[in-house]
Amino acid sequence: MSLLQVRDLNVWYSLGEGGENHAVRDLSFSLDPGQRLGLVGESGCGKTTALLALMALLPPTASVSGEVLFEGENLLNEDIARGHRWRDIALVFQGAMNAFNPVRRIEDQLIEPMLVHKSVAADAARNRARELLEMVGITASAGRRYPHELSGGMRQRAMLAMALACDPKILIADEPTTALDSMVQAQILQLVSKLSDELGLALLLVTHDLPVVSQVCSQAVVMYAGALAESGPVADLYHRPQHPYTRLLYAATPDLHDDRSVVSIPGVPPRLDHPITGCAFAPRCDVALAECTTSSPPTVQVEPGWTSACWRAGGAQ
Amino acid sequence: MNQPVLEVTDLVTVFEPRGSLLRKAGGPVRAVDGVSLRLARGEMLALVGESGCGKTSTVQTIMRMVSATSGSVVLDGEDITAASHRRMRPLRRRLQIVYQDPYEALDPRFRVRQTLEEPLLIHTKMSRTQRQDAVIAALETVGLTPAETFLERFPHELSGGQRQRVAIAAALILEPDVLIADEPVSMLDVSVRAGILDLLDRLRRERGLAILMITHDLATAARFADRIAVMYLGRIVEEGAAAEVVGQPRHPYTQALLSVVPERDPLRTRAPLLLVGEPPNAANVPPGCRFHPRCPMAEEQCVSVDPALRPLSAHHSAACVLVN
Repeated sequence: MSLLQVRDLNVWYSLGEGGENHAVRDLSFSLDPGQRLGLVGESGCGKTTALLALMALLPPTASVSGEVLFEGENLLNEDIARGHRWRDIALVFQGAMNAFNPVRRIEDQLIEPMLVHKSVAADAARNRARELLEMVGITASAGRRYPHELSGGMRQRAMLAMALACDPKILIADEPTTALDSMVQAQILQLVSKLSDELGLALLLVTHDLPVVSQVCSQAVVMYAGALAESGPVADLYHRPQHPYTRLLYAATPDLHDDRSVVSIPGVPPRLDHPITGCAFAPRCDVALAECTTSSPPTVQVEPGWTSACWRAGGAQ
Repeated sequence: MNQPVLEVTDLVTVFEPRGSLLRKAGGPVRAVDGVSLRLARGEMLALVGESGCGKTSTVQTIMRMVSATSGSVVLDGEDITAASHRRMRPLRRRLQIVYQDPYEALDPRFRVRQTLEEPLLIHTKMSRTQRQDAVIAALETVGLTPAETFLERFPHELSGGQRQRVAIAAALILEPDVLIADEPVSMLDVSVRAGILDLLDRLRRERGLAILMITHDLATAARFADRIAVMYLGRIVEEGAAAEVVGQPRHPYTQALLSVVPERDPLRTRAPLLLVGEPPNAANVPPGCRFHPRCPMAEEQCVSVDPALRPLSAHHSAACVLVN
């Protein structure tokens, strides 16, 4: 059974004067225990809004419909979400390494979530904090330092330790390495993969970076204009993409070992404060059919665990 | 090789700490420590390295935003290393820069037309109609067509890719010889990056523009640049034809950097060569080879010998005692 199930999630941001931005549109996906899933898309595609909805951290201007089930409980209910947040589902975000309190030692800050979310004694929490720091590759003496005394990579490791403080089942990482150098990025991604393997931790990796997803995740959800374009095993998405957006996004991504030219996708994503007729990607699609501009595409199951929201998916057309 | 349009020789830039707190923190920072570069017309050279390696300081020194401590910068035969501000003024139009963040680089209160006209007002005596023609031509060159529909827009009415095109148009309007592109696509969405890189590629091929591109992205450098120079702690440690540097990297640092570039194909996996430690800071450069504390292949001699950049073939050089 899935650990986390997102069903028909919709998020609207109120823009005032009756206008609204339909930021997430009918999004459904699921996350199994220990699975590493990438949530991929470009800026404005709704990936961050979707994850904020999962964590019940949306601002008051947002309205939500659908279901986010964690072990059968709906996290869209604020009270239920509060009981699971950090305890079962932890979040590490892009600038997280800069979110430490500058005047408190790293180790002391790690203890806090344990005291707040789990009733543990201070001594036990301190021992656990040292254990966690060691797990992410930070020595006990480095743990006694202040945030500014550690590099960005070390602080991001400490943030991971903090996310693990309450033994969550799911780690959500939103662009966790985007602000870091490639060498540090590789170290952090390797650490995240190792932690997921060793602790059986499910990972939801939210990123714009397809190669990172290719190397870290087994499955991915590709989002476009607030909706799911395609989801499935990463190897299939790369080798046999069923949605033109997936194919074109890979073709726009440079690769060291591929001499084919890198091609950009002409046009811009649609505005989400207007209703979208037909497929949201149709105006930029290189293989659009007549019906693509008039009717919303069906969600086609290509194979079990692999779906595509395209009229052409699975050789249907 | 034809006469380089930009030639940088043994460039050194040292930042002296001021104030007691900084003095306590360390000695002078050798941000650029003997960098030499040659850039020919129509060529694109990618300067690659991690943050803090001195890429930006190198560019700032070339642009005369900071003064060189020693070495020289020669622009089309003229030494500009110590040129006065008065002398630099006409030269600046020949050496332009495009920054990473098109959201910050454009004045939010300026319409596109004003942004593009500004350099013409400063550097030329063009009439109003001449300026208008130049602005429209620049917009067409960068692919913002029909140009008339963009003239009166403000930056907030443009997408990120369009803003970067405006920034490039502003840099090109004075018809420079050399364009420095500092991480020109790293703030942009993947789907529009290739368009901007193709534009730069076309500009160098069609107009003979020489481009020095600063990037941390080796995959982009491999695809678009003619040559790649890899920088570590103020020095160039490997330099050569892009295909050779990527295909047969010789310096252990380049090998490590290449090994951590994630593959697009999920079925292709490589064991990344993870370096231990963090890049040391330029106020405290290790003795011998500056890379030796993190080098997986370091030998005894590396602790004492500071290797110079040596040619390995006609188009490839590296600064490592272990390669020949």
